[in-house]
Amino acid sequence: MNLHAFDPVAAVLLIPIGAAALLAILPGYRLTARLNVVASLATFLSALSLLVIERPQPTPYVLVDDLNIVFIVLNTFVGFTTSIFSASYIAHELEAGRLTPVYLRFYHAMYQTMMFGMNLAFVTNNIGLMWVAVEIATLTTVLMVGIYRTHAALEAAWKYFILGSVGIAFALFGTILVYMAARPVVGEGQDAMVWTLLVEHAAHFDPALLNVAFIFLFLGYGTKVGLAPLHAWLPDAHAEGPTPISAVLSGLLLNVALYALLRFKILLAVSPNAISPGPLMVTIGLVSLVFAAFMLYRRRDIKRLFAYSSIEHMGIIVFAFGMGGPLANFAGLLHMVMHSLTKSAIFYAVGHISQVKGTQRINRIRGLTVTHPALGWGLVVGVVAIAGLPPLGIFMSEFLVVSSTFARQPLLAIVLVFGLLLAFGALLLRLTSVAFGNPRGSTAPVEASYVPMFAHLSLVLVAGIYLPTPVVIWFQHVATLLG
Amino acid sequence: MQMHSLSFDVSHTLAGGLVLISFMMLYQDRLYSLLNVFAFHALVLALSVAWQAYVQNAPHLYITAAIALVFKAIVIPVALHRIVKQLGIHRDIESAVGIGPTMLAGMALVALSMVLMLRVTAEADPLAREDLAFALSVVLLGLLVMVTRRNAVSQVVGFMSLENGLVLAATGAKGMPLVVEISVAFSILIAFIVIGIFLFRIRERFDSVDVSALDDYRGERR
Repeated sequence: MNLHAFDPVAAVLLIPIGAAALLAILPGYRLTARLNVVASLATFLSALSLLVIERPQPTPYVLVDDLNIVFIVLNTFVGFTTSIFSASYIAHELEAGRLTPVYLRFYHAMYQTMMFGMNLAFVTNNIGLMWVAVEIATLTTVLMVGIYRTHAALEAAWKYFILGSVGIAFALFGTILVYMAARPVVGEGQDAMVWTLLVEHAAHFDPALLNVAFIFLFLGYGTKVGLAPLHAWLPDAHAEGPTPISAVLSGLLLNVALYALLRFKILLAVSPNAISPGPLMVTIGLVSLVFAAFMLYRRRDIKRLFAYSSIEHMGIIVFAFGMGGPLANFAGLLHMVMHSLTKSAIFYAVGHISQVKGTQRINRIRGLTVTHPALGWGLVVGVVAIAGLPPLGIFMSEFLVVSSTFARQPLLAIVLVFGLLLAFGALLLRLTSVAFGNPRGSTAPVEASYVPMFAHLSLVLVAGIYLPTPVVIWFQHVATLLG
Repeated sequence: MQMHSLSFDVSHTLAGGLVLISFMMLYQDRLYSLLNVFAFHALVLALSVAWQAYVQNAPHLYITAAIALVFKAIVIPVALHRIVKQLGIHRDIESAVGIGPTMLAGMALVALSMVLMLRVTAEADPLAREDLAFALSVVLLGLLVMVTRRNAVSQVVGFMSLENGLVLAATGAKGMPLVVEISVAFSILIAFIVIGIFLFRIRERFDSVDVSALDDYRGERR
């Protein structure tokens, strides 16, 4: 009986929020950085226990199903590894005087609040609450992007804020429209916002209203996913904030918005007369992919380079989910997981690199593999992975996306492959200049935490070579759930 | 029956009034007058929400109305007035687009939202239906204010009027849960922005809150 007293859902919400309160009060870097790691680890372990513990029945507020468990586990895992990276990164920032102890306290509290917001967005069963949670997560990242208070950082935060707010507004309007569509069928009040009830009854909703609602939701949450042409905030926010935040932005926050979109996509799929969201997602996904691939060639700032690469990969993922069907959904899901792991690993490397070199300009960083072998080779593996070379995980997921598309829509597949090759070329071009050649810039040794980076990269490598059968079965099941 | 049509007419008038005031925002070329128009916008919203609270017999909506009245119609405009004065940017608004094209675009947006919402919600009850069409117009006009202005203060005003449209939509959707919570959350959000503008200027000695002036710092300009 006692075992049932432990509620993992409550834990993934209460641990971060409790930790946030504590971290806001406690002074001292050593203590708070450790506490941040411990809290993130505890959250991750609670999330893992969702895999084994019997799932709670869906209530009007909480829903745990195969789809969101994938997201929660990934979210808390990357949150945990980023907190380790963050500890060593922030130590350097304190030494360099870029952050004061007061801001550090604020930073840690915001970090945990953000984890709370993201976890809430995943576990909630109420579309209104989901909106609120996404908003919390966004706002905390806005505050963290602006934390250095330089011109560039404030401008990035302002831009993120304005575009994010417009996204927030559209998403809310869409949510209201869904409620309006559901009200005549499900009944007035709370019930008409409960996702499980909505899916049950969606077949009887007014399809026209649902269509318009989806357009608004797509615009709103799509802004957060960073889809072109609504991506303008993303590169700035990535480049100007602290690098741990860039890692969680790319690795996690984009996924939160994507998750919200997927929930509504499922809703639309149930309604027989509503538009199919597929073509819209396919188009925007391809546009984002090709656009970002072209933009990659013109980047001079290393963090912005990888920010555009995130847009590119979100494009691929949205494209895959837009194609739909068991295989493409499977590929999209796998790609999402692989991208989160790889991109955050890259940002861990980039964070230390820009600290030791004192710059983010690509042309001032050269010969990393000579001066800092561990960081340099870590970056090489990361970029090779993100560019989609075998035998790493992203190669496999991209291969699945491309092959499933060739079987169904050869023309679209050509565009897809074109975009992929374009991005591949840009990334390798930049990589050779940064990683090899005559060293340039500071050669001082770096106190880096390599564990998170290599942990992520080895996971990606293992997934590329051999994906364990239980994971495959799980993902296949989720893929059918996504329709 | 009598009551029904009266309630319909009043909410119709108030929602239509909001659209009209949104239009008035489009052609204000001074920050002070823009703020005054916005205060009026928030006042009409408060009336509209209070009317919905009365008609729908939903007392919790009075809280939303009170927030709109106290916070958006009084506190925020007064605070922004002070900020504008301190920043010394009260003289004019540099509008990215001329007034003529802006008004035309505004009309097109309203027409679009009418056509879209009225067609789509053909089966919904008429009150909610027209409310929604008006609300979408207010949202889109707010967005238009945000795009056509480059000054940070007027962008915030545009955002707040956009948000007023959302509150109008949310209160018009009968029985929608979380409306009060959402309006509180939005108020906190706006308070953050306003404080943010204030702090940027005072602490960091920005030369301008003009967003375009900051573009040069991005390091990506060729």
